[in-house]
Amino acid sequence: MRRFSLPAIIILVWGLIALIGPVLPLDPNRIELAKILGAPEWQAWLGYDDLGRSIGQRLIMGAHTSFLVASGVVMVSFLSGTLLGMLGAWFGGPWDKGLVSIIDIFIAFPGILLAIALAGLLGPGLMNAVVALAVTGWVGFARLARAQTLSMKHRDHVEAARALGSGTVTIVSRHLLPLILAPLIIEATFAIAGVVIAEASLSFLGLGVQPPGASWGSMIRDGTRYMLVAPHMVLAPGLAIFLVVIAINLLGDRLRDAMDIKEISANRE
Amino acid sequence: MADYLLYRMAGAVLVIIGVVTVVFLLLHLVPGDPVEVMLGESARAADREALRQALGLDLPVWQQWWQYVIHLIHLDLGTSLHSKQAIVSLLAERFPATLQLAVASIMVAILLALPLGVFAAVRNKTSWDQAAMTFSMLGISIPNFWMGPLLILVFSVWLGWFPVSGNEGRASLVLPAMTLGTALAALLSRMIRASLLEVLNEDYIRAARARGLGDLTVTLRHGLRNAMLPVITVLGMQLGALLAGAVITETVFAWPGIGQLMIDAIQRRDYPVVQACVLVISLAYVAVNLLTDLAYAALDPRVRLDS
Repeated sequence: MRRFSLPAIIILVWGLIALIGPVLPLDPNRIELAKILGAPEWQAWLGYDDLGRSIGQRLIMGAHTSFLVASGVVMVSFLSGTLLGMLGAWFGGPWDKGLVSIIDIFIAFPGILLAIALAGLLGPGLMNAVVALAVTGWVGFARLARAQTLSMKHRDHVEAARALGSGTVTIVSRHLLPLILAPLIIEATFAIAGVVIAEASLSFLGLGVQPPGASWGSMIRDGTRYMLVAPHMVLAPGLAIFLVVIAINLLGDRLRDAMDIKEISANRE
Repeated sequence: MADYLLYRMAGAVLVIIGVVTVVFLLLHLVPGDPVEVMLGESARAADREALRQALGLDLPVWQQWWQYVIHLIHLDLGTSLHSKQAIVSLLAERFPATLQLAVASIMVAILLALPLGVFAAVRNKTSWDQAAMTFSMLGISIPNFWMGPLLILVFSVWLGWFPVSGNEGRASLVLPAMTLGTALAALLSRMIRASLLEVLNEDYIRAARARGLGDLTVTLRHGLRNAMLPVITVLGMQLGALLAGAVITETVFAWPGIGQLMIDAIQRRDYPVVQACVLVISLAYVAVNLLTDLAYAALDPRVRLDS
């Protein structure tokens, strides 16, 4: 039963909690004044935060946030980046030159710096954080898709398809895309881990989810003010991020080894 | 070499122009009227007009861009809306702290990653190797904004060895540098291991062994030296992750660098300062990458001859 390894189970639990979380009879915003900064106990085994809200229930809301943001951002980045990268490599010429210079400019902004600036200027809020992450997220996919397409476009079977009179759309979607999909999927796996950290970073800086909404990053931000009296406020959400990210990274590594792809290095953040 | 130098410099100039343009455009992304957002709704019309003119927002966009570039060439980044100081002097005030943090973090990273990576490569496929790579995986997966509070919890709150935050002498630097350094060390040790493993299979390593040189000499002098070349490039690229991570780490530790300045400026809607911070950090990153590429080409003839 190697299929159900520990990382896979963690990711399944994360996704499941994220999806059924909103339907569960939870009340993550309920304030219990008597329990402010309360230590873990039987009813709430992760304790209470600075407003007397159950940390366990807020973690579930946070899972919902991070899962939705990560899957949304990666999906948009994957589709737009792959499309742009493949088209650039396929048509070449000025289109490709333009694409390459735009990519070069985007990667000149280190890490999530541009996303921080974008989210900050667009104003706090989860939707703006998602926009900021998607605007900076497509670049990795475009670069990879472009390089892969370039190395494949002169393969014999592509030339054959072209000689037989297939149109561009058919060649790109049926003869090129299947060949370059494997590395792109692995890139997407690591990108999910990257976006989980990035969303939490933005929320930690106060730029993502706004109160009373919950994100693991904003929970850590609230917790850092009470570290002396209630360390559980920082420990619980941090552990959640850490478990999800390491599970995705391990799974990505395993996937890469299984597909035998060398080019992609682990999580570049 | 001259050709390569010229080619690489021209590329860098284009990227710098692009970066300046994107940073310039950031202000135009502010939803609604940026002047209104910055001053608040209660501002007098005269004040608004004054700010609009000071920022050049009354001109056509391409003229604004041109002005921005001209001011930049004269090292004029405008004035802060909050403190009314020249932004250049604000940056100059904060830059040393960020530089200090970056250098200390790189030192922590190299001190951790070098022995770890070499050891993992030499003892390849043993439990030592696995332990080192497990550490590396942990380091990659722990985000800065959790690592920082964890270190504070253990070393400041429980053990009381270092100050919690702020900049009160050398001791304050330890925890932020460890936060950034361990994350970088995790990636770097993986790179060193992979690169060294590849080099150790080369013929010249076998030749060195055949000459009867000791294990240590072969690994360090013949192996590591050659393995370091790709690692240096990665180090240059990872400096970007380090600088972006510094924004978060400086916030965690209230370290008075450019990153903290940027986050404070975002909260105060002091947009010219935000732009300037993004610009300075990105340009520093572009410059470092250019320098590593050139150093790499100077050290390794294969690179400059290829392109």
